[in-house]
Amino acid sequence: MNQSQTSTGPILTTDGIPLKVSLKKAERINKIRAFLLVLPLLAFILITFLVPIGDMLARSVDDRQINTVFPKTFEVYKKWDRQGLPSEEVYKTMFFELKNSEGYAVGKASTRMNYSKSGWKSLLKKSKRKFKKIEEGPFKEKMIATDKKWADPEYWLALGQMVDPTTMGYYLNAVDLKYDSSKNIVQQKENRRIYNKTWIKTFKVSLLVTLFCLLLGYPISYLLATLPMKYSNLLMICVLLPFWTSLLVRTVAWMVMLQQKGVLNNLLVMSNLIADENRFQLMYNQTAVVIVMTQILLPFMVLPLYSVMKTISPTYMRAALNLGASPMHAFYKIYMPNSVPGVSAGCLLVFIIAIGYYITPELVGGKDGQMVGNWIAYHLKTTLNWGLCASLGAILLAMMTVLYWAYNKIVGIENIKLG
Amino acid sequence: MRMSQKDSFVKFEKVDKSYDGEILVVKDLNLDVPKGEFLTMLGPSGSGKTTVLMMLAGFETPTSGEIYLDGNPISSIPPNKRGIGMVFQNYALFPHMTVKENLAFPLEVRKMQKSEIDEKVGNALAMVELQDFGNRMPLQLSGGQQQRVALARSLVFEPRLVLMDEPLGALDKNLREQMQYEIKHIHEKIGITVVYVTHDQSEALTMSNRIAVFNDGKIQQISSPDILYEKPNSSFVAQFIGENNQLKGKVKSINGENCIVTTESGDDIHALKINVNNNGDGSLVSLRPERVAINSSENFENNFDAKVKELIYLGDHIRSRVEVCGNDQFIVKIPNSYKEANLKEGSTVKLSWKASDSRALDLN
Ligand SMILES: Nc1ncnc2c1ncn2[C@@H]1O[C@H](COP(=O)(O)OP(=O)(O)O)[C@@H](O)[C@H]1O
Ligand SMILES: [Mg+2]
Repeated sequence: MNQSQTSTGPILTTDGIPLKVSLKKAERINKIRAFLLVLPLLAFILITFLVPIGDMLARSVDDRQINTVFPKTFEVYKKWDRQGLPSEEVYKTMFFELKNSEGYAVGKASTRMNYSKSGWKSLLKKSKRKFKKIEEGPFKEKMIATDKKWADPEYWLALGQMVDPTTMGYYLNAVDLKYDSSKNIVQQKENRRIYNKTWIKTFKVSLLVTLFCLLLGYPISYLLATLPMKYSNLLMICVLLPFWTSLLVRTVAWMVMLQQKGVLNNLLVMSNLIADENRFQLMYNQTAVVIVMTQILLPFMVLPLYSVMKTISPTYMRAALNLGASPMHAFYKIYMPNSVPGVSAGCLLVFIIAIGYYITPELVGGKDGQMVGNWIAYHLKTTLNWGLCASLGAILLAMMTVLYWAYNKIVGIENIKLG
Repeated sequence: MRMSQKDSFVKFEKVDKSYDGEILVVKDLNLDVPKGEFLTMLGPSGSGKTTVLMMLAGFETPTSGEIYLDGNPISSIPPNKRGIGMVFQNYALFPHMTVKENLAFPLEVRKMQKSEIDEKVGNALAMVELQDFGNRMPLQLSGGQQQRVALARSLVFEPRLVLMDEPLGALDKNLREQMQYEIKHIHEKIGITVVYVTHDQSEALTMSNRIAVFNDGKIQQISSPDILYEKPNSSFVAQFIGENNQLKGKVKSINGENCIVTTESGDDIHALKINVNNNGDGSLVSLRPERVAINSSENFENNFDAKVKELIYLGDHIRSRVEVCGNDQFIVKIPNSYKEANLKEGSTVKLSWKASDSRALDLN
């Protein structure tokens, strides 16, 4: 044992310190320097990226709004056996907490309560006004007298969903499911099922945009990579020109192009290719979203493709021809496999950007072209349902992670190349 | 000297090539390569060697003239139908395929049977002694091994002709020499016609049956290595191949095969008349260092006193730089024998050489 240790023991430096220790010491100062160099960026990312994402993930399951407005009510509520109506004590606590709390806080809590059972919001608003006149009990009867809803067990049962400080409710909501009053997971009512359709649409549009970007971007990148420098620079400028124009300007330009009385349709009618009453409906639908997004995201496909293709030596193609392959065969067997890193980088990039895209569908999508990003924006700004926003966002994030993971399994992340 | 059409397997006939319509990078090229020959195109970089090869392989078209392969004009045949093997300068092994797949590629495009492909790939690997490396990726091989794979790939589909464009340029000296022998060996074994391009004259001398020396888009001289070395017929060739002393002067008189050239220092050199025509023409007299005798008692036509400027000890011989006939860059190789043991820098020695070893060439 001892002997084998000396023979395979650590190598020593001339000073007698083990080589590894010595090396570590020598490297440490470099490591510290490297760390200090990235520190500002690290802090920036932490504050502007990781913390908000953490906050978003927390919000997507957070369910404490009501507990802060009706803490005592929930204490006594928990004792209720959920049969019939709650006891006088529950009504009484609810009465005082509602009467004495800030209108603003009640508004927020009632919004959340409305997600569990619609009707809560108006009930609370109305009751808060009416409760001002009530001074003493019995509260149960007097409350029911102000509004019959107080006698509906459905409302009380719905509160049960909010007992826990966390909820999966927002996630269920994001895929057209919900808790029923006894906390079983059920489908949303037919007319409220919107998100699954939106998810599918979002995927479809993103895939189509990625596909069209690839189909359009591959040949142009090939040309860019193989043309002599003086031509390829000019072409590159044309490809990048969209980058220099404001996104809004470009989108509005497309609106002018594509609308029913727009440039494209006018041209077609003028050249008698279509009849005046058969003008194409190219604006305010999914078609418009796909067309405009393809144009906007094309550079994100072309740049990685180009930078990979630039590294494919033209002698590979020559060698393949020389060995007897036809130009098509050589392209398919030699050039394409070597361009795969660029293809996957470009597709992943375009897809990731497309799936969370917001501004283009908003402007040209109409009712039919709304994607998940638009719903997030809608809930963020209009309904203020941040929990749902957060859960939609978290699902997007999870999908990207899964996609990335699958990609890594299949193609290998080291095969990605942006330049 | 011109071979008949039948003898020449590859034939360039009055081929010109220009890329930009302004400069001819290949000018009026006429070249015949008989079957089985190892022909090397040697020349400085930019002299048009690769262009010639590319025209032969079909990647560039001649601006005028015609190239024949086995008697048939090939200008209208696309590169993939020519059946010419080629070793590219940086090997051009397909990076996404294993060694075996690289070798099988030309056979697969020829729609051969799987069993036949396996056999041929196996033989090709054996030929370059890489049997154990068939499943490696090209980037997992050393430079020399990649080189051998490229060689095997260019031969595996049994082409009639192989082109090699500076195939050893990226290897270090030892490996390069070893590969020179291996390529030579394979050429002798399978008797294939090879057109080889290099800018390294020692490589050309060791490997070739014939060497075509290129300069400025033109063949300066084409002949076997020994003739090229012994009897260069222009000062470019003399300078480009081997070590060479040059004495600059003017032709004083011409007498049949011989002539006398007077240097600026006033010395008369007896030389063979090779590339000069008239009295008064400028000339460079070219002379190999090993043909100069030092303090010799023999009676040669040229005898001059020289001052030793520098001695470099090289083991088996001593390289000595002397000043003679007004040229202080004159090199003499002295065998390291007892006779010259007491040679000193600054001393004066007597140099002599035959008129038939000095060649009066043109002045550029
Ligand atoms: N594709 C090309 N386009 C324009 N000029 C070229 C091209 N290839 C080579 N040349 C020019 O032709 C001349 C000969 O080049 P090349 O045949 O490559 O010489 P070598 O192989 O002897 O070094 C050079 O001056 C080079 O600049
Ligand atoms: Mg070259």
